Amino acid sequence: MDTTKSPPLFTAFKYLTLLLALFVVFFPIYSVFVGAFKTQAEFYQSSALAFPADFFHFDNFKRVYEVGDLGLGFRNTLVILVCAVAGNVVLGTMVAYALGRFDFKLKTPIMGMYLVAQVIPMVTTQVATFSIIQNLGLYNTMGAPILLYLGADVLQIVIYLQFVNSIPKDLDESAMIEGASLFRIYRSIIFPLLGPATATLVILKTISIYNDFYTPYLYMPSQKLKVVSTAIYSFVGPNAAQLNVISAGILIIFIPTVVLFLFLQKYIFAGVTNGAVK
Amino acid sequence: MNQLSYKAQRRLILFGFLIVPVALCLTFSYYPAASLIYYSFTDWTGTGWDMNWVGLDNYKQIFTEPEVFLALKNNAYYFVGGLIQVALSLWFAVILTSRLKGRYGFRVMLFLPYVLHSVATVIMFKNVYHLDYGSLNSLLRTIGLESWQQSWLGNPHLVNVSLAFISMWKYMGLNMVIFIGALQSIPSDLYEAGSIDGASGWQKFRYITVPSIKSVLSLMLLLTLTGALEAFDIPYIMMLGANGTSTFVVQTVDTAFKYQSFGLASAMAVVLLIIVIFFIIIQRKVLFREER
Repeated sequence: MDTTKSPPLFTAFKYLTLLLALFVVFFPIYSVFVGAFKTQAEFYQSSALAFPADFFHFDNFKRVYEVGDLGLGFRNTLVILVCAVAGNVVLGTMVAYALGRFDFKLKTPIMGMYLVAQVIPMVTTQVATFSIIQNLGLYNTMGAPILLYLGADVLQIVIYLQFVNSIPKDLDESAMIEGASLFRIYRSIIFPLLGPATATLVILKTISIYNDFYTPYLYMPSQKLKVVSTAIYSFVGPNAAQLNVISAGILIIFIPTVVLFLFLQKYIFAGVTNGAVK
Repeated sequence: MNQLSYKAQRRLILFGFLIVPVALCLTFSYYPAASLIYYSFTDWTGTGWDMNWVGLDNYKQIFTEPEVFLALKNNAYYFVGGLIQVALSLWFAVILTSRLKGRYGFRVMLFLPYVLHSVATVIMFKNVYHLDYGSLNSLLRTIGLESWQQSWLGNPHLVNVSLAFISMWKYMGLNMVIFIGALQSIPSDLYEAGSIDGASGWQKFRYITVPSIKSVLSLMLLLTLTGALEAFDIPYIMMLGANGTSTFVVQTVDTAFKYQSFGLASAMAVVLLIIVIFFIIIQRKVLFREER
Protein backbone atom coordinates (compact mmCIF):
# COMPACT_ATOMS: atom_id res chain seq x y z
CA MET A 1 0.00 0.00 0.00
CA ASP A 2 1.36 3.40 -1.01
CA THR A 3 1.37 5.77 1.94
CA THR A 4 3.18 8.73 0.40
CA LYS A 5 1.27 12.00 0.20
CA SER A 6 0.06 13.44 -3.12
CA PRO A 7 0.37 17.09 -4.20
CA PRO A 8 -2.70 19.18 -3.25
CA LEU A 9 -3.93 19.68 -6.81
CA PHE A 10 -3.96 15.93 -7.40
CA THR A 11 -5.76 15.40 -4.10
CA ALA A 12 -8.41 17.88 -5.22
CA PHE A 13 -8.81 15.91 -8.45
CA LYS A 14 -9.25 12.69 -6.46
CA TYR A 15 -12.05 14.24 -4.42
CA LEU A 16 -13.67 15.61 -7.57
CA THR A 17 -13.88 12.13 -9.14
CA LEU A 18 -15.15 10.68 -5.87
CA LEU A 19 -17.91 13.26 -5.58
CA LEU A 20 -18.90 12.62 -9.16
CA ALA A 21 -19.08 8.87 -8.48
CA LEU A 22 -21.17 9.46 -5.35
CA PHE A 23 -23.53 11.60 -7.38
CA VAL A 24 -23.94 8.81 -9.95
CA VAL A 25 -24.48 6.22 -7.19
CA PHE A 26 -27.01 8.23 -5.22
CA PHE A 27 -28.92 10.00 -8.00
CA PRO A 28 -31.14 7.00 -8.91
CA ILE A 29 -31.67 6.18 -5.23
CA TYR A 30 -32.57 9.80 -4.50
CA SER A 31 -35.11 9.86 -7.30
CA VAL A 32 -36.98 6.75 -6.12
CA PHE A 33 -36.77 8.08 -2.57
CA VAL A 34 -38.53 11.37 -3.33
CA GLY A 35 -40.92 9.67 -5.75
CA ALA A 36 -42.09 7.19 -3.15
CA PHE A 37 -43.65 9.92 -0.98
CA LYS A 38 -45.57 11.70 -3.76
CA THR A 39 -49.24 11.31 -4.53
CA GLN A 40 -50.07 10.17 -8.00
CA ALA A 41 -51.05 13.62 -9.29
CA GLU A 42 -48.01 15.15 -7.64
CA PHE A 43 -45.69 12.54 -9.19
CA TYR A 44 -46.82 13.20 -12.73
CA GLN A 45 -46.92 17.01 -12.37
CA SER A 46 -43.85 17.91 -10.34
CA SER A 47 -40.27 17.49 -11.47
CA ALA A 48 -38.84 14.05 -10.72
CA LEU A 49 -36.14 15.78 -8.70
CA ALA A 50 -38.43 17.91 -6.52
CA PHE A 51 -39.05 17.08 -2.87
CA PRO A 52 -42.49 15.62 -2.15
CA ALA A 53 -45.06 17.94 -0.56
CA ASP A 54 -45.25 15.68 2.45
CA PHE A 55 -42.57 13.27 3.67
CA PHE A 56 -45.19 11.61 5.87
CA HIS A 57 -47.30 10.48 2.95
CA PHE A 58 -47.13 6.72 3.44
CA ASP A 59 -50.05 5.68 1.21
CA ASN A 60 -47.78 4.33 -1.52
CA PHE A 61 -45.98 2.09 0.94
CA LYS A 62 -49.28 0.72 2.24
CA ARG A 63 -50.62 0.18 -1.26
CA VAL A 64 -47.57 -1.56 -2.63
CA TYR A 65 -47.41 -3.78 0.44
CA GLU A 66 -51.02 -4.85 -0.01
CA VAL A 67 -51.29 -5.02 -3.80
CA GLY A 68 -47.90 -6.67 -4.28
CA ASP A 69 -48.51 -8.99 -1.35
CA LEU A 70 -45.03 -8.14 -0.08
CA GLY A 71 -45.83 -9.60 3.34
CA LEU A 72 -46.18 -13.02 1.75
CA GLY A 73 -43.05 -12.39 -0.31
CA PHE A 74 -40.98 -11.55 2.76
CA ARG A 75 -42.33 -14.55 4.69
CA ASN A 76 -41.54 -17.00 1.88
CA THR A 77 -38.12 -15.47 1.32
CA LEU A 78 -37.37 -15.81 5.03
CA VAL A 79 -38.36 -19.49 5.12
CA ILE A 80 -36.19 -20.28 2.10
CA LEU A 81 -33.31 -18.23 3.49
CA VAL A 82 -33.28 -19.87 6.91
CA CYS A 83 -33.48 -23.42 5.55
CA ALA A 84 -30.97 -22.91 2.74
CA VAL A 85 -28.42 -20.93 4.76
CA ALA A 86 -28.55 -23.28 7.77
CA GLY A 87 -28.11 -26.32 5.57
CA ASN A 88 -25.41 -24.60 3.60
CA VAL A 89 -23.39 -23.81 6.74
CA VAL A 90 -23.68 -27.36 8.09
CA LEU A 91 -22.67 -28.93 4.77
CA GLY A 92 -19.92 -26.37 4.11
CA THR A 93 -18.25 -26.84 7.51
CA MET A 94 -18.49 -30.60 7.16
CA VAL A 95 -16.76 -30.52 3.78
CA ALA A 96 -14.09 -28.18 5.15
CA TYR A 97 -13.46 -30.44 8.16
CA ALA A 98 -13.19 -33.56 6.01
CA LEU A 99 -10.95 -31.94 3.40
CA GLY A 100 -8.90 -29.88 5.83
CA ARG A 101 -8.12 -32.47 8.48
CA PHE A 102 -7.71 -35.74 6.64
CA ASP A 103 -5.59 -37.01 3.78
CA PHE A 104 -7.34 -39.47 1.51
CA LYS A 105 -7.28 -40.55 -2.10
CA LEU A 106 -10.32 -38.60 -3.27
CA LYS A 107 -9.26 -35.32 -1.67
CA THR A 108 -7.75 -33.68 -4.74
CA PRO A 109 -10.47 -34.92 -7.14
CA ILE A 110 -13.15 -33.48 -4.84
CA MET A 111 -11.43 -30.08 -4.69
CA GLY A 112 -11.04 -30.17 -8.46
CA MET A 113 -14.70 -31.09 -8.86
CA TYR A 114 -15.79 -27.98 -6.96
CA LEU A 115 -13.37 -25.80 -8.90
CA VAL A 116 -14.56 -26.96 -12.31
CA ALA A 117 -18.22 -26.76 -11.28
CA GLN A 118 -17.71 -23.04 -10.74
CA VAL A 119 -16.92 -22.62 -14.42
CA ILE A 120 -20.22 -24.04 -15.69
CA PRO A 121 -22.55 -21.09 -16.35
CA MET A 122 -25.59 -21.77 -14.16
CA VAL A 123 -28.10 -19.83 -16.26
CA THR A 124 -27.57 -22.03 -19.26
CA THR A 125 -27.69 -25.39 -17.50
CA GLN A 126 -31.07 -24.48 -16.00
CA VAL A 127 -32.66 -26.15 -19.01
CA ALA A 128 -31.39 -29.50 -17.71
CA THR A 129 -31.68 -28.65 -14.00
CA PHE A 130 -35.33 -27.92 -14.65
CA SER A 131 -36.00 -31.52 -15.63
CA ILE A 132 -34.23 -32.82 -12.51
CA ILE A 133 -36.39 -30.64 -10.28
CA GLN A 134 -39.48 -31.82 -12.13
CA ASN A 135 -38.50 -35.46 -11.72
CA LEU A 136 -37.91 -34.97 -8.00
CA GLY A 137 -41.44 -33.58 -7.78
CA LEU A 138 -40.13 -30.30 -6.39
CA TYR A 139 -41.48 -28.04 -9.13
CA ASN A 140 -43.61 -25.31 -7.55
CA THR A 141 -42.47 -26.07 -4.01
CA MET A 142 -40.04 -24.25 -1.75
CA GLY A 143 -37.93 -27.40 -1.86
CA ALA A 144 -36.64 -26.43 -5.31
CA PRO A 145 -34.81 -23.20 -4.40
CA ILE A 146 -33.72 -24.58 -1.01
CA LEU A 147 -32.12 -27.59 -2.64
CA LEU A 148 -30.48 -25.47 -5.33
CA TYR A 149 -29.03 -23.01 -2.79
CA LEU A 150 -27.90 -25.74 -0.42
CA GLY A 151 -24.77 -26.92 -2.19
CA ALA A 152 -21.40 -25.47 -1.24
CA ASP A 153 -19.53 -23.43 -3.81
CA VAL A 154 -15.81 -23.23 -4.28
CA LEU A 155 -15.53 -19.77 -2.67
CA GLN A 156 -17.14 -21.08 0.49
CA ILE A 157 -14.86 -24.11 0.63
CA VAL A 158 -11.73 -22.01 0.06
CA ILE A 159 -12.63 -19.57 2.83
CA TYR A 160 -13.51 -22.36 5.27
CA LEU A 161 -10.37 -24.33 4.45
CA GLN A 162 -8.18 -21.30 5.23
CA PHE A 163 -9.81 -21.14 8.64
CA VAL A 164 -9.59 -24.88 9.30
CA ASN A 165 -5.89 -24.83 8.46
CA SER A 166 -5.33 -21.99 10.92
CA ILE A 167 -6.83 -24.00 13.80
CA PRO A 168 -3.88 -25.79 15.50
CA LYS A 169 -3.97 -29.57 15.17
CA ASP A 170 -2.91 -29.81 18.83
CA LEU A 171 -6.46 -28.97 19.78
CA ASP A 172 -7.76 -32.04 17.95
CA GLU A 173 -5.04 -34.22 19.42
CA SER A 174 -5.58 -33.20 23.02
CA ALA A 175 -9.30 -33.78 22.56
CA MET A 176 -8.52 -37.24 21.21
CA ILE A 177 -6.38 -37.99 24.27
CA GLU A 178 -9.39 -37.18 26.37
CA GLY A 179 -11.35 -39.66 24.29
CA ALA A 180 -13.50 -37.32 22.23
CA SER A 181 -14.93 -38.80 19.04
CA LEU A 182 -14.11 -37.20 15.69
CA PHE A 183 -17.69 -36.02 15.41
CA ARG A 184 -17.37 -34.40 18.81
CA ILE A 185 -14.18 -32.65 17.65
CA TYR A 186 -16.02 -31.29 14.61
CA ARG A 187 -18.98 -30.16 16.69
CA SER A 188 -17.22 -28.74 19.74
CA ILE A 189 -13.92 -27.47 18.34
CA ILE A 190 -13.93 -26.95 14.57
CA PHE A 191 -17.49 -25.71 14.07
CA PRO A 192 -17.34 -23.00 16.81
CA LEU A 193 -13.86 -21.84 15.73
CA LEU A 194 -15.12 -21.37 12.17
CA GLY A 195 -17.52 -18.73 13.53
CA PRO A 196 -16.02 -15.64 11.87
CA ALA A 197 -15.87 -17.35 8.47
CA THR A 198 -19.44 -18.56 8.95
CA ALA A 199 -20.58 -15.01 9.72
CA THR A 200 -19.06 -13.74 6.47
CA LEU A 201 -20.46 -16.57 4.39
CA VAL A 202 -23.93 -16.37 5.94
CA ILE A 203 -24.17 -12.68 5.06
CA LEU A 204 -22.93 -13.13 1.49
CA LYS A 205 -25.21 -16.11 0.94
CA THR A 206 -28.18 -14.24 2.43
CA ILE A 207 -27.63 -11.32 0.07
CA SER A 208 -27.27 -13.55 -2.97
CA ILE A 209 -30.38 -15.61 -2.15
CA TYR A 210 -32.41 -12.50 -1.37
CA ASN A 211 -31.35 -10.99 -4.70
CA ASP A 212 -31.83 -14.09 -6.81
CA PHE A 213 -34.64 -13.72 -9.27
CA TYR A 214 -34.14 -16.51 -11.73
CA THR A 215 -34.48 -19.55 -9.45
CA PRO A 216 -37.82 -18.61 -7.84
CA TYR A 217 -39.12 -17.22 -11.15
CA LEU A 218 -38.42 -20.47 -12.94
CA TYR A 219 -39.21 -23.04 -10.26
CA MET A 220 -42.01 -21.44 -8.23
CA PRO A 221 -44.47 -19.66 -10.53
CA SER A 222 -47.34 -20.23 -8.07
CA GLN A 223 -48.83 -17.04 -6.59
CA LYS A 224 -48.69 -18.52 -3.10
CA LEU A 225 -44.95 -19.08 -3.38
CA LYS A 226 -44.13 -15.49 -4.25
CA VAL A 227 -40.79 -14.29 -2.92
CA VAL A 228 -39.54 -10.70 -2.75
CA SER A 229 -37.89 -10.89 -6.20
CA THR A 230 -40.91 -12.28 -7.99
CA ALA A 231 -43.29 -9.97 -6.09
CA ILE A 232 -41.52 -6.83 -7.33
CA TYR A 233 -41.19 -8.35 -10.79
CA SER A 234 -44.97 -8.49 -11.10
CA PHE A 235 -44.96 -4.69 -11.08
CA VAL A 236 -43.30 -4.48 -14.46
CA GLY A 237 -45.05 -5.45 -17.63
CA PRO A 238 -48.64 -4.93 -18.66
CA ASN A 239 -50.08 -4.82 -15.12
CA ALA A 240 -47.53 -2.25 -14.04
CA ALA A 241 -48.50 -0.11 -11.09
CA GLN A 242 -48.09 3.68 -10.94
CA LEU A 243 -44.50 4.84 -10.81
CA ASN A 244 -44.87 6.43 -7.37
CA VAL A 245 -46.26 3.18 -5.93
CA ILE A 246 -43.45 1.17 -7.56
CA SER A 247 -40.91 3.58 -6.06
CA ALA A 248 -42.24 2.83 -2.60
CA GLY A 249 -41.95 -0.91 -3.31
CA ILE A 250 -38.35 -0.51 -4.44
CA LEU A 251 -37.46 1.31 -1.21
CA ILE A 252 -39.07 -1.34 0.98
CA ILE A 253 -37.17 -4.08 -0.82
CA PHE A 254 -33.87 -2.18 -0.60
CA ILE A 255 -34.03 -1.83 3.19
CA PRO A 256 -33.12 -5.34 4.47
CA THR A 257 -29.81 -5.75 2.64
CA VAL A 258 -28.81 -2.13 3.22
CA VAL A 259 -29.31 -2.55 6.98
CA LEU A 260 -27.40 -5.82 6.91
CA PHE A 261 -24.58 -4.18 4.98
CA LEU A 262 -24.29 -1.08 7.16
CA PHE A 263 -24.06 -3.10 10.36
CA LEU A 264 -21.94 -5.97 9.10
CA GLN A 265 -19.75 -4.35 6.41
CA LYS A 266 -16.59 -5.69 8.03
CA TYR A 267 -17.64 -9.27 7.30
CA ILE A 268 -18.85 -8.52 3.79
CA PHE A 269 -15.61 -6.80 2.79
CA ALA A 270 -13.59 -9.64 4.33
CA GLY A 271 -15.50 -12.24 2.32
CA VAL A 272 -15.36 -10.35 -0.97
CA THR A 273 -11.61 -9.69 -0.80
CA ASN A 274 -10.76 -13.17 0.44
CA GLY A 275 -12.59 -14.92 -2.31
CA ALA A 276 -10.95 -13.10 -5.19
CA VAL A 277 -7.35 -12.95 -4.04
CA LYS A 278 -7.15 -16.74 -3.75
CA MET B 1 -19.27 -43.49 18.47
CA ASN B 2 -16.67 -43.38 21.25
CA GLN B 3 -16.32 -47.14 21.18
CA LEU B 4 -15.15 -47.17 17.57
CA SER B 5 -11.47 -46.97 16.76
CA TYR B 6 -10.30 -43.68 15.26
CA LYS B 7 -9.60 -45.46 12.02
CA ALA B 8 -13.21 -46.58 11.71
CA GLN B 9 -14.42 -43.17 12.82
CA ARG B 10 -12.28 -41.53 10.20
CA ARG B 11 -13.86 -43.63 7.48
CA LEU B 12 -17.31 -42.90 8.85
CA ILE B 13 -16.68 -39.14 9.03
CA LEU B 14 -15.21 -38.93 5.54
CA PHE B 15 -18.12 -40.85 4.08
CA GLY B 16 -20.85 -39.21 6.15
CA PHE B 17 -19.54 -35.67 5.77
CA LEU B 18 -18.80 -35.78 2.07
CA ILE B 19 -21.56 -37.92 0.59
CA VAL B 20 -24.33 -35.30 0.64
CA PRO B 21 -22.28 -32.30 -0.58
CA VAL B 22 -20.65 -34.35 -3.33
CA ALA B 23 -24.00 -35.76 -4.39
CA LEU B 24 -25.45 -32.23 -4.53
CA CYS B 25 -22.57 -30.99 -6.63
CA LEU B 26 -22.84 -33.89 -9.03
CA THR B 27 -26.63 -33.65 -9.31
CA PHE B 28 -26.89 -29.91 -9.83
CA SER B 29 -23.67 -29.08 -11.66
CA TYR B 30 -22.33 -32.09 -13.51
CA TYR B 31 -25.46 -34.03 -14.33
CA PRO B 32 -27.17 -30.96 -15.89
CA ALA B 33 -24.04 -30.18 -17.88
CA ALA B 34 -23.85 -33.77 -19.13
CA SER B 35 -27.54 -34.03 -19.99
CA LEU B 36 -27.32 -30.64 -21.68
CA ILE B 37 -24.83 -32.12 -24.09
CA TYR B 38 -27.12 -35.09 -24.68
CA TYR B 39 -30.25 -32.95 -25.26
CA SER B 40 -28.31 -30.81 -27.71
CA PHE B 41 -28.33 -33.74 -30.14
CA THR B 42 -32.11 -34.23 -29.87
CA ASP B 43 -35.29 -32.42 -30.85
CA TRP B 44 -36.72 -32.48 -27.31
CA THR B 45 -39.47 -29.89 -26.77
CA GLY B 46 -39.14 -29.81 -22.99
CA THR B 47 -42.57 -31.31 -22.31
CA GLY B 48 -42.99 -35.04 -22.05
CA TRP B 49 -40.08 -37.36 -22.73
CA ASP B 50 -40.44 -37.87 -26.46
CA MET B 51 -37.24 -37.00 -28.20
CA ASN B 52 -35.50 -38.06 -31.35
CA TRP B 53 -31.80 -38.14 -32.03
CA VAL B 54 -31.12 -35.45 -34.65
CA GLY B 55 -27.35 -35.53 -34.70
CA LEU B 56 -25.73 -32.20 -35.39
CA ASP B 57 -28.89 -30.51 -36.73
CA ASN B 58 -29.19 -28.12 -33.79
CA TYR B 59 -25.59 -27.04 -34.13
CA LYS B 60 -26.01 -26.60 -37.87
CA GLN B 61 -29.02 -24.40 -37.20
CA ILE B 62 -27.04 -22.23 -34.76
CA PHE B 63 -24.21 -21.70 -37.17
CA THR B 64 -26.40 -21.07 -40.21
CA GLU B 65 -28.99 -18.77 -38.64
CA PRO B 66 -27.35 -15.39 -38.27
CA GLU B 67 -29.83 -14.18 -35.60
CA VAL B 68 -28.30 -16.43 -32.98
CA PHE B 69 -24.88 -14.89 -33.28
CA LEU B 70 -26.22 -11.38 -33.81
CA ALA B 71 -27.25 -11.53 -30.16
CA LEU B 72 -23.56 -11.65 -29.26
CA LYS B 73 -23.35 -8.09 -30.61
CA ASN B 74 -25.51 -7.04 -27.66
CA ASN B 75 -23.20 -8.91 -25.28
CA ALA B 76 -20.39 -6.71 -26.60
CA TYR B 77 -22.03 -3.67 -24.96
CA TYR B 78 -21.75 -5.38 -21.57
CA PHE B 79 -18.14 -6.26 -22.29
CA VAL B 80 -17.16 -2.69 -23.16
CA GLY B 81 -19.10 -1.46 -20.13
CA GLY B 82 -17.26 -4.04 -18.06
CA LEU B 83 -13.86 -2.82 -19.25
CA ILE B 84 -14.73 0.77 -18.34
CA GLN B 85 -15.94 -0.53 -15.00
CA VAL B 86 -12.64 -2.33 -14.32
CA ALA B 87 -10.68 0.83 -15.16
CA LEU B 88 -12.89 3.00 -12.93
CA SER B 89 -12.82 0.53 -10.05
CA LEU B 90 -9.03 0.35 -10.23
CA TRP B 91 -8.81 4.14 -10.14
CA PHE B 92 -11.06 4.38 -7.10
CA ALA B 93 -9.32 1.47 -5.40
CA VAL B 94 -5.94 3.17 -5.84
CA ILE B 95 -7.07 6.55 -4.51
CA LEU B 96 -9.01 4.97 -1.65
CA THR B 97 -5.95 3.08 -0.42
CA SER B 98 -3.86 6.28 -0.48
CA ARG B 99 -3.88 8.61 2.50
CA LEU B 100 -7.18 10.27 1.77
CA LYS B 101 -9.50 11.67 4.43
CA GLY B 102 -12.85 9.90 4.57
CA ARG B 103 -11.69 6.91 2.51
CA TYR B 104 -13.61 4.37 4.59
CA GLY B 105 -16.85 6.28 4.14
CA PHE B 106 -16.29 6.52 0.39
CA ARG B 107 -15.62 2.77 0.18
CA VAL B 108 -18.88 1.99 1.94
CA MET B 109 -20.91 4.38 -0.20
CA LEU B 110 -19.44 3.23 -3.52
CA PHE B 111 -19.99 -0.44 -2.57
CA LEU B 112 -23.63 0.15 -1.63
CA PRO B 113 -25.19 -0.54 -5.09
CA TYR B 114 -23.83 -4.08 -5.00
CA VAL B 115 -25.97 -5.07 -2.01
CA LEU B 116 -29.18 -3.52 -3.36
CA HIS B 117 -31.81 -5.96 -4.57
CA SER B 118 -31.11 -6.75 -8.22
CA VAL B 119 -34.66 -6.77 -9.60
CA ALA B 120 -35.58 -3.64 -7.64
CA THR B 121 -32.44 -1.96 -9.02
CA VAL B 122 -33.44 -2.66 -12.60
CA ILE B 123 -36.96 -1.35 -11.95
CA MET B 124 -35.46 1.72 -10.27
CA PHE B 125 -33.57 2.44 -13.49
CA LYS B 126 -36.78 2.04 -15.42
CA ASN B 127 -38.01 5.05 -13.45
CA VAL B 128 -34.75 6.92 -14.00
CA TYR B 129 -34.82 6.34 -17.78
CA HIS B 130 -38.56 7.03 -18.23
CA LEU B 131 -39.08 9.34 -21.21
CA ASP B 132 -41.58 11.76 -19.67
CA TYR B 133 -41.36 11.30 -15.91
CA GLY B 134 -37.85 9.91 -15.54
CA SER B 135 -35.39 11.67 -13.27
CA LEU B 136 -32.55 11.60 -15.81
CA ASN B 137 -34.45 13.72 -18.33
CA SER B 138 -35.62 15.95 -15.47
CA LEU B 139 -32.02 16.46 -14.43
CA LEU B 140 -30.98 17.39 -17.97
CA ARG B 141 -33.86 19.87 -18.16
CA THR B 142 -32.90 21.41 -14.83
CA ILE B 143 -29.28 22.01 -15.80
CA GLY B 144 -30.26 23.44 -19.18
CA LEU B 145 -29.27 20.53 -21.40
CA GLU B 146 -32.79 20.02 -22.79
CA SER B 147 -31.44 18.94 -26.16
CA TRP B 148 -29.67 15.98 -24.51
CA GLN B 149 -32.94 14.45 -23.35
CA GLN B 150 -33.42 11.03 -24.81
CA SER B 151 -35.75 8.11 -24.97
CA TRP B 152 -33.16 6.05 -23.09
CA LEU B 153 -34.93 2.73 -23.51
CA GLY B 154 -36.84 3.52 -26.71
CA ASN B 155 -33.97 4.59 -28.91
CA PRO B 156 -32.54 1.38 -30.43
CA HIS B 157 -29.07 2.92 -30.65
CA LEU B 158 -29.02 3.83 -26.99
CA VAL B 159 -30.97 1.13 -25.22
CA ASN B 160 -28.07 -1.33 -24.85
CA VAL B 161 -25.80 1.39 -23.54
CA SER B 162 -28.47 2.32 -20.97
CA LEU B 163 -28.74 -1.32 -19.91
CA ALA B 164 -24.99 -1.92 -19.74
CA PHE B 165 -24.70 1.18 -17.57
CA ILE B 166 -26.93 -0.46 -14.93
CA SER B 167 -24.48 -3.32 -14.71
CA MET B 168 -21.57 -0.89 -14.28
CA TRP B 169 -23.50 1.01 -11.63
CA LYS B 170 -24.16 -2.15 -9.68
CA TYR B 171 -20.78 -3.91 -9.88
CA MET B 172 -18.19 -1.11 -9.87
CA GLY B 173 -18.03 -1.08 -6.06
CA LEU B 174 -17.58 -4.85 -5.88
CA ASN B 175 -14.58 -4.74 -8.25
CA MET B 176 -13.21 -1.78 -6.31
CA VAL B 177 -13.28 -3.63 -2.98
CA ILE B 178 -11.59 -6.66 -4.56
CA PHE B 179 -8.85 -4.38 -5.93
CA ILE B 180 -8.49 -2.68 -2.54
CA GLY B 181 -7.88 -6.09 -0.98
CA ALA B 182 -5.16 -6.80 -3.52
CA LEU B 183 -3.57 -3.35 -3.16
CA GLN B 184 -3.42 -3.60 0.63
CA SER B 185 -1.35 -6.74 0.37
CA ILE B 186 1.44 -4.91 -1.50
CA PRO B 187 4.20 -4.17 1.07
CA SER B 188 4.59 -0.42 1.57
CA ASP B 189 8.41 -0.52 1.58
CA LEU B 190 8.24 -1.17 -2.18
CA TYR B 191 6.67 2.26 -2.57
CA GLU B 192 9.13 3.83 -0.14
CA ALA B 193 12.00 2.39 -2.14
CA GLY B 194 10.38 3.75 -5.29
CA SER B 195 10.07 7.22 -3.74
CA ILE B 196 13.73 7.21 -2.69
CA ASP B 197 14.69 6.38 -6.26
CA GLY B 198 12.61 9.36 -7.36
CA ALA B 199 9.77 7.53 -9.10
CA SER B 200 6.70 9.61 -9.99
CA GLY B 201 3.21 8.57 -8.93
CA TRP B 202 2.50 7.19 -12.39
CA GLN B 203 5.78 5.28 -12.49
CA LYS B 204 5.01 3.72 -9.13
CA PHE B 205 1.58 2.69 -10.39
CA ARG B 206 3.00 1.29 -13.61
CA TYR B 207 6.03 -0.54 -12.19
CA ILE B 208 4.95 -1.46 -8.64
CA THR B 209 1.15 -1.55 -8.44
CA VAL B 210 0.25 -3.15 -11.78
CA PRO B 211 2.77 -6.04 -11.60
CA SER B 212 1.77 -6.78 -8.00
CA ILE B 213 -1.93 -7.13 -8.77
CA LYS B 214 -1.53 -8.77 -12.16
CA SER B 215 -3.27 -12.01 -11.19
CA VAL B 216 -6.28 -10.20 -9.71
CA LEU B 217 -6.38 -7.91 -12.74
CA SER B 218 -6.39 -10.78 -15.19
CA LEU B 219 -9.01 -12.63 -13.14
CA MET B 220 -11.15 -9.50 -13.23
CA LEU B 221 -10.82 -9.19 -17.00
CA LEU B 222 -11.79 -12.84 -17.37
CA LEU B 223 -14.82 -12.35 -15.13
CA THR B 224 -15.77 -9.26 -17.15
CA LEU B 225 -15.65 -11.29 -20.33
CA THR B 226 -17.58 -14.30 -19.01
CA GLY B 227 -19.99 -11.98 -17.18
CA ALA B 228 -20.67 -10.16 -20.46
CA LEU B 229 -21.20 -13.45 -22.32
CA GLU B 230 -23.66 -14.55 -19.65
CA ALA B 231 -25.48 -11.18 -19.37
CA PHE B 232 -29.08 -12.03 -18.74
CA ASP B 233 -31.10 -10.52 -15.92
CA ILE B 234 -30.86 -6.84 -16.79
CA PRO B 235 -32.13 -7.09 -20.40
CA TYR B 236 -34.61 -9.80 -19.41
CA ILE B 237 -36.18 -7.97 -16.47
CA MET B 238 -36.14 -4.56 -18.11
CA MET B 239 -37.22 -5.36 -21.66
CA LEU B 240 -37.89 -9.12 -21.88
CA GLY B 241 -35.27 -8.94 -24.60
CA ALA B 242 -37.41 -6.63 -26.76
CA ASN B 243 -36.21 -3.66 -28.87
CA GLY B 244 -33.02 -5.41 -29.92
CA THR B 245 -31.70 -6.00 -26.41
CA SER B 246 -31.74 -9.79 -26.48
CA THR B 247 -28.40 -11.25 -25.37
CA PHE B 248 -27.21 -14.77 -26.08
CA VAL B 249 -28.56 -16.17 -22.82
CA VAL B 250 -31.89 -14.33 -23.19
CA GLN B 251 -32.22 -16.02 -26.57
CA THR B 252 -31.31 -19.39 -25.10
CA VAL B 253 -33.90 -19.04 -22.35
CA ASP B 254 -36.56 -17.91 -24.83
CA THR B 255 -35.76 -20.78 -27.18
CA ALA B 256 -36.19 -23.24 -24.34
CA PHE B 257 -39.15 -21.92 -22.42
CA LYS B 258 -41.00 -19.70 -24.90
CA TYR B 259 -40.51 -21.61 -28.16
CA GLN B 260 -40.33 -25.02 -26.49
CA SER B 261 -37.21 -26.19 -28.29
CA PHE B 262 -35.06 -27.53 -25.48
CA GLY B 263 -32.88 -29.38 -27.95
CA LEU B 264 -31.85 -26.25 -29.81
CA ALA B 265 -31.54 -24.28 -26.56
CA SER B 266 -29.26 -26.97 -25.13
CA ALA B 267 -27.03 -26.72 -28.17
CA MET B 268 -26.85 -22.95 -27.69
CA ALA B 269 -25.92 -23.45 -24.04
CA VAL B 270 -23.21 -25.92 -25.01
CA VAL B 271 -21.78 -23.41 -27.49
CA LEU B 272 -21.69 -20.77 -24.75
CA LEU B 273 -20.09 -23.22 -22.33
CA ILE B 274 -17.36 -24.00 -24.87
CA ILE B 275 -16.70 -20.29 -25.49
CA VAL B 276 -16.43 -19.63 -21.74
CA ILE B 277 -14.10 -22.58 -21.13
CA PHE B 278 -11.98 -21.47 -24.10
CA PHE B 279 -11.43 -18.03 -22.56
CA ILE B 280 -10.66 -19.53 -19.14
CA ILE B 281 -7.98 -21.74 -20.63
CA ILE B 282 -6.49 -18.76 -22.49
CA GLN B 283 -6.40 -16.71 -19.28
CA ARG B 284 -4.73 -19.53 -17.32
CA LYS B 285 -2.16 -20.05 -20.10
CA VAL B 286 -1.26 -16.37 -20.32
CA LEU B 287 -1.08 -15.99 -16.56
CA PHE B 288 1.08 -19.04 -15.99
CA ARG B 289 3.42 -18.25 -18.85
CA GLU B 290 4.07 -14.82 -17.40
CA GLU B 291 4.62 -16.22 -13.94
CA ARG B 292 7.27 -18.55 -15.21
